[in-house]
Amino acid sequence: MVQLKVNGTSRNIDIDPETPVLWAVREQLGLVGTKFGCGASLCGACTVHLDGEAIRSCVTPLSEAEGKEITTIEGIKNPDGTLHAVQQAWIKHQVPQCGYCQSGQIMSAVALLKETPNPTDADIDTAMAGNVCRCGMYTRIKAAIKTAAKEV
Amino acid sequence: MSTLSKTEKKAAKKAKRANESRGRKWTRRSFMGAGAVAGLAASGALVLGIAIRPGDRTDALAGMVTDGNEQLLTTWVKVAPDNTVTAIIPHSEMGQGVHTALSAMLAEEMEADWDKMEIMEAPAEKDFANFELGREFMLGEANIPNILFDTVNGAMLAAAKSMNLQITGGSTSVRFTGVGAMLTAGAAAKEILLKAAAQQWDVPLSELRAEKSYIYHDKSNQSAPFAEFAETAATIKPNLRPALKNRNEYKLIGQSLPRVDIPAKVDGSAVFGIDAQVEGMKYATVMAAPVHGQSVATLDAADAKTMPGVIDVYNMKDYVAVIADGYWQAKQALAMIDVMWTEAETDKVDQASIFAQYAKALDTGKKKAMHKAGNVSKAEASAASVYEAEYQVPYLAHACMEPINATAWVRDRKCDTWTGTQNPLGTKMTTAAALGIDADNVTVHNHFMGGGFGRRATPDYTDQAALISAKAGMPIKLIWSREESMQQDHYRPSVLGRFKAALDEEGMPLSWESNFVHKMDPPEASHIFYDIPNQSIQYAESPTHVRLGPWRSVDHTQHGFFTESFIDELAVNANMDGYQFRRKLLQNKPRHLKVLDTAAKMAGWGKELPAGQAQGISITDSFMTIVAEVVTVDMSSGEPRVTHVACAADAGMAVNPDGFKAQMESGIIYGLTAALYGEISISDGAVEQSNFHDYEMVRMDNAPAIDIEIITSDARIGGAGEPGTPPISPAVTNAIFKATGKRIRNLPIKNMDFGAAS
Repeated sequence: MVQLKVNGTSRNIDIDPETPVLWAVREQLGLVGTKFGCGASLCGACTVHLDGEAIRSCVTPLSEAEGKEITTIEGIKNPDGTLHAVQQAWIKHQVPQCGYCQSGQIMSAVALLKETPNPTDADIDTAMAGNVCRCGMYTRIKAAIKTAAKEV
Repeated sequence: MSTLSKTEKKAAKKAKRANESRGRKWTRRSFMGAGAVAGLAASGALVLGIAIRPGDRTDALAGMVTDGNEQLLTTWVKVAPDNTVTAIIPHSEMGQGVHTALSAMLAEEMEADWDKMEIMEAPAEKDFANFELGREFMLGEANIPNILFDTVNGAMLAAAKSMNLQITGGSTSVRFTGVGAMLTAGAAAKEILLKAAAQQWDVPLSELRAEKSYIYHDKSNQSAPFAEFAETAATIKPNLRPALKNRNEYKLIGQSLPRVDIPAKVDGSAVFGIDAQVEGMKYATVMAAPVHGQSVATLDAADAKTMPGVIDVYNMKDYVAVIADGYWQAKQALAMIDVMWTEAETDKVDQASIFAQYAKALDTGKKKAMHKAGNVSKAEASAASVYEAEYQVPYLAHACMEPINATAWVRDRKCDTWTGTQNPLGTKMTTAAALGIDADNVTVHNHFMGGGFGRRATPDYTDQAALISAKAGMPIKLIWSREESMQQDHYRPSVLGRFKAALDEEGMPLSWESNFVHKMDPPEASHIFYDIPNQSIQYAESPTHVRLGPWRSVDHTQHGFFTESFIDELAVNANMDGYQFRRKLLQNKPRHLKVLDTAAKMAGWGKELPAGQAQGISITDSFMTIVAEVVTVDMSSGEPRVTHVACAADAGMAVNPDGFKAQMESGIIYGLTAALYGEISISDGAVEQSNFHDYEMVRMDNAPAIDIEIITSDARIGGAGEPGTPPISPAVTNAIFKATGKRIRNLPIKNMDFGAAS
């Protein structure tokens, strides 16, 4: 039995603690907004927050997440239910194409802005380089992060 | 998948409609099962749809897409009692914005209220095959005389159906389905609604007008929603050739309408194929023979079968499947399996032997002519000089962000498949064939695709899911690992091209000779638009065991690189500026000239650049869209860094300009990734690369700034999804040549040794 706190709710899951957070979140908890991309921490599609920090859930075993707060794309809206400033900026700049990588991109961007509220281009390059967008929407992602930075 | 009752579904629908902020609803409700909905039709609801095309299958069609009292006005549009107009779109959404663009085209001609419009993807049924695509495919640019229109449509519909065409690919959605079907369907629907209003109000048709899903008779100050006339309208035979608007009358087309699929893609609620939920489903993962065409020789799964959560291990002949409670458990177990594969001659094939085989085919094999003009050998014999070059490009994987997956449930000789596919109808057909059941017993529930790029037009993975589910007797979600997705792709072919030009005293080409292996589609990809009088374009066949498939812009990727590299070499040889050299050969091509001039101007072609930087130019014409790109490369670190791309494109007009720009940006990055890093190589018969560490991607930290300029002309509407890709690789290598003097004739660029930093 593994005890997890996901998006503010405590959950008990009967699963091997070596299972990556990604699969527990998707298959046991049904939170499928977090995506499987590479299984090897190479693409960022599975990015979630562990105590506010962006991590790759496809290589992070549940044992490392016990006692910590996991936040997924389903858990980043504002308390009043409105979209997070980053999500709003994503719509404003019409960022997603296929959209598959965007949960991971948004989670990385939210973590970046928490740490660095006014990121430079170099800050954005560093923080976002782990997230592949196969549709190539990098210029829009960068622009959206700058827009969100003004709001956060 | 949702198991909501009809009442719950209706309540949910109502609630969603009430939510004004969401506006349009994107629905796949029709996939919930045609059977139940057809029952509604049979129970006396008003289903009076009239197909806009001949062959009246209206009742059958209506049963597939309508609900309750909705009226199917034409094949592609229905009207609900609450005046919601729903566009029925026969193309899959993979982020290219096609649902938004095609609905806008329909709404434009119908005068439907865009803010209250809904969108539904057409079910995987033959009657919704995008027959306009088939017609264009068969007839090319030929004009169809009015008198033949019905017949040709009928014949082509049959052809499209027999070809199982419901494919999203080839940049066809807007340029064929949109122009050919959506505009006409919208105009025809408006016309019958106006006629119905004229009858009901007993006023002259000419005094009526439609606006935002209402009909107005200004003289008597009357107005009423479309829905009031839908029932009568559905009894009126629509005009197959309704009057269409002129482009200058468009209100929606040409505007950057926000994409309807985007809100769900920022909050994690968008449902992709991999997110499908079927009650009681188990998970499977597979390992196929690393050498394509081989099969399991021996299989020892004893250890794997004892692992916790593992349900079974199957020998599926050319692949091994593990079934488990979860994907992770299945994957762990797969790694524990001992499998030996059959041996064959193909085990000895490697990338060098493939290119040697191609070279032999060009040296001694039979060549097929693609295009001939003038007399090339005569021009070569009498020329002042002759210039030759040989190029090659590697196999490329699609590397869609969403690994390959499908969920299937086979029971009672029926199959339901939940997946993201560019080819729902093809999926239905191949699944039926794999299971040996009737295609009518296969239901495809299409989902958002986490990237397609051509990969999801080949339905091999859906066959696997169905066969595994049939054997397991339970719903199965099959997920391929990233490694499996990379190594069991259907690749952009590796291609060898040889080019030869006869030159006059100034170095201008008198002839163009090209010989290459391999050819797929479209046939015109190897043609050139430059004004060169003598031409011979030929290819040789040289098949290997490596599986091939369409890859974003298909044959245009390699030919864009070949043609625009060779032209650039000819310019250098003639001691001319690459831009001016191209201009000289495009004097009779005003559209091409304008695109080229625009890109050059945007980038400030010829301007002074910092040390180590240079610009390269290229222009291609693919899927009826002309694109020129000027790339700025910075070599100051010793390795190429693309810092800026200026892109000018003429697609006639852009239906959704921001969406069109997004497609160009995407095509550029996709092509740039391939140019810099893309290489699938074969060793011992198998693919060597496996994941993003050895099949590298352009990322945020090496993505260039991109500027796009859309040129509007009076040409027919061209494609958007693919035409941005072909010009980028030659623009980059042409820039690198200018900066370093090194000509890259073999992609990818990463294999070039640039030596010490300059």
